[in-house]
Amino acid sequence: MKAGTSRVRRVVCDPLGWVIVAFLALVFGMSSLGWLFHALFPALDRPVYLQDSFASLVIAHLLLVGISSLIAVVIGMLAGIGVTRRAGREFRALVETLVAMGQTFPPVAVLAVAVPVMGFSEKPAIIALVLYGLLPILQGTIAGIESVPSSAREIAEGVGMSRWQILSRVELPLASPVILAGVRTSVIINIGTAAIAATVGTQSLGSPIIIGLSGFNTAYVLQGALVIALLAIIVDMAFERWSRRLQYGQSRAQR
Amino acid sequence: MITFSGVSKHFAGKAVVQDIDLHIARGEFTVLIGTSGSGKSTTLKMINRLIEHDRGQITFADEPIEKFRAQDLRRRMGYAIQSIGLFPHWTVEENIATVPQLLKWPKARIRDRVTELMTLLHLDPQQFRQRYPHQLSGGQQQRVGVARALASDPEVLLMDEPFGALDPVTRATLQHEIARIHQMSGRTIVLVTHDIDEALALADRIVLLGEGKIVQQGTPLDMLTRPATPFVRDFFGRSDMGIKLLSLAQVGDRTRRGEEAAGEPIAASMTLREALSVFVARHTERLPVIDESGQSLGVLHFSDLIAEQEGE
Repeated sequence: MKAGTSRVRRVVCDPLGWVIVAFLALVFGMSSLGWLFHALFPALDRPVYLQDSFASLVIAHLLLVGISSLIAVVIGMLAGIGVTRRAGREFRALVETLVAMGQTFPPVAVLAVAVPVMGFSEKPAIIALVLYGLLPILQGTIAGIESVPSSAREIAEGVGMSRWQILSRVELPLASPVILAGVRTSVIINIGTAAIAATVGTQSLGSPIIIGLSGFNTAYVLQGALVIALLAIIVDMAFERWSRRLQYGQSRAQR
Repeated sequence: MITFSGVSKHFAGKAVVQDIDLHIARGEFTVLIGTSGSGKSTTLKMINRLIEHDRGQITFADEPIEKFRAQDLRRRMGYAIQSIGLFPHWTVEENIATVPQLLKWPKARIRDRVTELMTLLHLDPQQFRQRYPHQLSGGQQQRVGVARALASDPEVLLMDEPFGALDPVTRATLQHEIARIHQMSGRTIVLVTHDIDEALALADRIVLLGEGKIVQQGTPLDMLTRPATPFVRDFFGRSDMGIKLLSLAQVGDRTRRGEEAAGEPIAASMTLREALSVFVARHTERLPVIDESGQSLGVLHFSDLIAEQEGE
């Protein structure tokens, strides 16, 4: 009995659960909130965004973020691993500058350059998001690998591990909490930035925002922004749990 | 087992090790000693190719070490260092099993070996097997470090100031353990230290390095009684040389058998240096001696401390 009540309490007291409930309610119940938005924005004829269902927008948004983050993680980690190798050390400054430029370049400007070349599709949006999200991942990977104690590396080499074994068994596991922190930052940035994909005709949670902005419909903007914000909070909390588990599992072992 | 002939190593044009000739026999406990910057660590690391020498030849098991793949060579040599370098994300068991894992031993064999080593180094397997390094004291961590170095039963054990960061009591205990392991297994051990007492206590042969060259090598007794240069004499200490000589012999060597005396007995395995301390502390000239099994062995007389060393 006691265990049962404590589990109930844990679920009830879990902020992540409540945020998810609020998110789902908003996504599936937006159309029934018409009365609320009517009351808030009495001047608007149609105060609820109905062109697409919010569920389909969420899926499109997550796909966009998922694909671009995946690409950013692969490129960022490979680059980070590369420049911390003996052979790649010379390229570190160059790579860091390039990636930092990717982030200073506004994603809207990337779209403006990429769309005429590639046409209207999700590709320019993905490129813009990848460029924008690379920096935290690269920095996390470099910082994480550099935080590995040199004694652990000396022993790894001294007991006869190959370079690949040193990387996969020692460096990456020990660097993983810092790398994950970088990925977390990158993904959260991406969830917010993915809204601009709507400007080039790609469906995302940015669609109500962009349409709302061009049609002076503040209610649409509010609806899109609310769902994006809740999505970002949920993903951030999920990452927090993951990194905590990682720390309990292994890296609390750090002295 | 390991020979150096005319070996040199330069860093940025400066010689850190110069023209070293060294022969380390199988089963020998060799201690490389010297001040910091004398090239002793570099010499050690050239053996497992963590540092590649650039002149001369080093052989291991009668083969030039370049003939081995560096990884294979290292897996045949245990390696322990001052900063221990336990992998913080692995348990004690996983840390000890590092090399057997690399050598792809079967699981059951690895488990048994870990248990055996933990027992050998006085770490309760039940209690410590699943612990993480940060949950251990410094001394326990280095026990794990030594166990890891011994895990695959390597032909050679290389130790780079392994006890340098430990407190004196823990250090003495671990020195004792390593001496015991050497006696039991007859393994070839090469140890680097700057601690003269450690060298005298452990070494079969001491190699004194200075500025990248071998100044003198020989048994601990040779180094104390026949120093080749004033530097050697200074290094091993002029004023307390006698005390150091006492640390080379054991109580059992000087005990007059069959005699008896009153008072708390001392162990035959104690060094004469420790016995001297007991004499002074107890204000006595006669101490009863017992052997390992607790049997009375005889009496140590104070005057016998200054007797001539045998074989001198």
